Amino acid sequence: MSDRTLLEVEDLHLHYQTRRGVVRAVDGVSFDVRRNEALVVLGESGCGKSSLAKALMRVLPRNVHQVSGRVTLDGTELLAMSDESFRRDVQWVRMALVMQASMNALNPVVRVGEQVVEPLRVLRQWPRARAMARAVEVFELVGVSTDFLQRYPLELSGGMRQRVVLAMALVAEPELVILDEPTSALDVLTQAGIMNLLKRLKRELGTSFILITHDVATSSELADRVALMYAGQIVEVADAVQFFTEPAHPYSKMLMASVPRLRQEHRPEPILGQPPSLLEPPSGCRFADRCPSCFKRCAQDPKFIRLGDRRRVRCWLYAEGGDR
Amino acid sequence: MSEWQPVTIVGHGEPLLSVSDLHTWFELRQWGFLRVGAVRAVDGVSFELARGESVAFVGESGCGKSSLARTLLGLHRPTRGEVRFAGRSLGGLKARELQAYRAKVGYVQQDPFGALPPFLDVRRILAEPLIVHGVKDRAQRDRRIRAVLDEVRLSPAEEFLPKFPHMLSGGQQQRVVIARALILEPAMIIADEPVSMLDASVRVEILNLLRHIQTQRELTLAFITHDLSSVRHYAERIFVMYAGRVVETAGVKELLDHPQHPYTQSLLAAIADPDAANATKQREIPGGEPPSLLHPPKGCRFHPRCPHAMAGLCDVDEPPDFEPRRGHYSACWLHR
Ligand SMILES: Nc1ncnc2c1ncn2[C@@H]1O[C@H](COP(=O)(O)OP(=O)(O)OP(=O)(O)O)[C@@H](O)[C@H]1O
Ligand SMILES: Nc1ncnc2c1ncn2[C@@H]1O[C@H](COP(=O)(O)OP(=O)(O)OP(=O)(O)O)[C@@H](O)[C@H]1O
Ligand code: SF4
Ligand SMILES: [Mg+2]
Ligand SMILES: [Mg+2]
Repeated sequence: MSDRTLLEVEDLHLHYQTRRGVVRAVDGVSFDVRRNEALVVLGESGCGKSSLAKALMRVLPRNVHQVSGRVTLDGTELLAMSDESFRRDVQWVRMALVMQASMNALNPVVRVGEQVVEPLRVLRQWPRARAMARAVEVFELVGVSTDFLQRYPLELSGGMRQRVVLAMALVAEPELVILDEPTSALDVLTQAGIMNLLKRLKRELGTSFILITHDVATSSELADRVALMYAGQIVEVADAVQFFTEPAHPYSKMLMASVPRLRQEHRPEPILGQPPSLLEPPSGCRFADRCPSCFKRCAQDPKFIRLGDRRRVRCWLYAEGGDR
Repeated sequence: MSEWQPVTIVGHGEPLLSVSDLHTWFELRQWGFLRVGAVRAVDGVSFELARGESVAFVGESGCGKSSLARTLLGLHRPTRGEVRFAGRSLGGLKARELQAYRAKVGYVQQDPFGALPPFLDVRRILAEPLIVHGVKDRAQRDRRIRAVLDEVRLSPAEEFLPKFPHMLSGGQQQRVVIARALILEPAMIIADEPVSMLDASVRVEILNLLRHIQTQRELTLAFITHDLSSVRHYAERIFVMYAGRVVETAGVKELLDHPQHPYTQSLLAAIADPDAANATKQREIPGGEPPSLLHPPKGCRFHPRCPHAMAGLCDVDEPPDFEPRRGHYSACWLHR
């Protein structure tokens, strides 16, 4: 662990209880995030990205079957904290989450300026005037005209609402902001505008980000590092340059080959088959039945193998002894 | 899948579909009767599609892509202008003829999850159009259903015939939607955002499938998308739409490599290809947002956002189609 480490996650599990059995949405996830670093959590629909964010922020549904592991934020062990102290000392203040589709979850009958400062009013009992002065600051920060402070959510475009929820996440100056699919419902140009903004915020505020997305191209717009998830697990975590130029895990390679490119003749290749059910995932490598390099050893659960300083791959091809 | 060959039948004989000066406006009324204006969803669009040609309509949300598709299908009556299919104007068709026309044009609608009726199994979903169009013999229907399932690679058919939509993955549901569009053996398919709801890896599979079927059957395919990065391998021509109009048209490679219209140029500049260097670059994007279609701006509709707008011209007169490069059309005063 480096002294620049801000968040450290070890062997995190989040399982849900359902009528059909236990859904292992997050199933042994480990990674770390440094100060002023952006980690992108990339993965296809249903692989457990939002569940990971919810486990980190402790916004859990009622049907949780199991949460376990260690989540350490700058030395503080989060999972061991009481709900009350987590809500008082961590949520919004040190770590904020912009949930998937939250731009559509703003309260339609409260002016956006008021909503943005709610964390300060509720958690820190800031008086109204002081809170509104902060609202002006964060609106300017995210590039929304302060004329809009008095408007209601429905009077704002999608891109502006997304900036507003981002302003809300930033209002108490957290060290870490988690963004769950912040641009996936937006148009190309609006999306590019939001990504420009995130890059600027990262540079100017020194904040750390966990950006969750299913879109490989978008992920490269902010990532210092990439963690690729598959069926509840991280299969590769690597520096962005390494990940985009020489992905190691067979799934990473196939995912990169499936991305259509605007500026290259490269013909995208589909990844045939489907991810396994999280109800009873296979006992060996979860990618085995779609993997062109699958061999005997893959029937056992692969270890999360270290490949250099901060790179890890969950694949037997990289174990000692290689593909035997 | 690599067995397809590019087909270019552009310019052979009479066009299959020809659209001239098409307008589809939606009247907006207050309290059900007071006319407050019209949403000009399609506002002066003309083009021709050849038999066997695959084209893409690209543009941002709300620019009128679905309205155009639905007008071509005869689901909206044009406010002005005309759609001709195989030489006949849709406006002149009687109800029965319109039904026959719909059999010739397959529709893959936006939102696959809402496209399939949840209480019907795959067999019934595919039998329905055959029944409606008078295929009475059950054995014959069954043969066609099996053949089309095979074509969209849902095999063995036995496995899929009794399934209900919720038992299928998103990609499989979309295959059923495509099978339904194909079952009456149309001459043309209109696919409205056929993959936008699907995962990236499945997208490629579905687009490959559509392209394969299109070349095999020599269908005309109009493929609507907001994602310019996915068109290169799936269409021969691109139409870029902005605020109810087509602003640029050319062959795919020509358009992607030499975009002429400032709007297309900004759209392309906003799209990332995966590259770690992106994280430190600010992208050039135009300010503002697409205009209201209730009161589109005068002159060029892009002028309030355009970095090259020329005062006294772009904000006054509507630019006609120029041909700045051979076979490449762009509606922008810069080419005058
Ligand atoms: N409250 C819940 N109860 C039971 N299962 C759940 C619950 N929430 C999520 N799941 C399941 O857990 C798995 C992971 O879901 P999650 O929402 O974390 O995926 P995701 O990667 O965020 O997907 P998407 O890209 O579609 O947002 C899925 O199979 C999902 O159906
Ligand atoms: N039946 C209707 N009545 C009134 N307005 C409509 C109707 N259908 C579409 N519109 C309006 O017409 C405009 C164009 O909509 P359309 O659905 O054609 O856009 P689109 O390009 O398909 O967008 P998207 O990418 O979001 O699907 C929008 O402003 C829309 O609100
Ligand atoms: S006509 Fe004028 S405003 Fe419109 S795109 Fe061209 S330069 Fe820009
Ligand atoms: Mg999610
Ligand atoms: Mg549409």
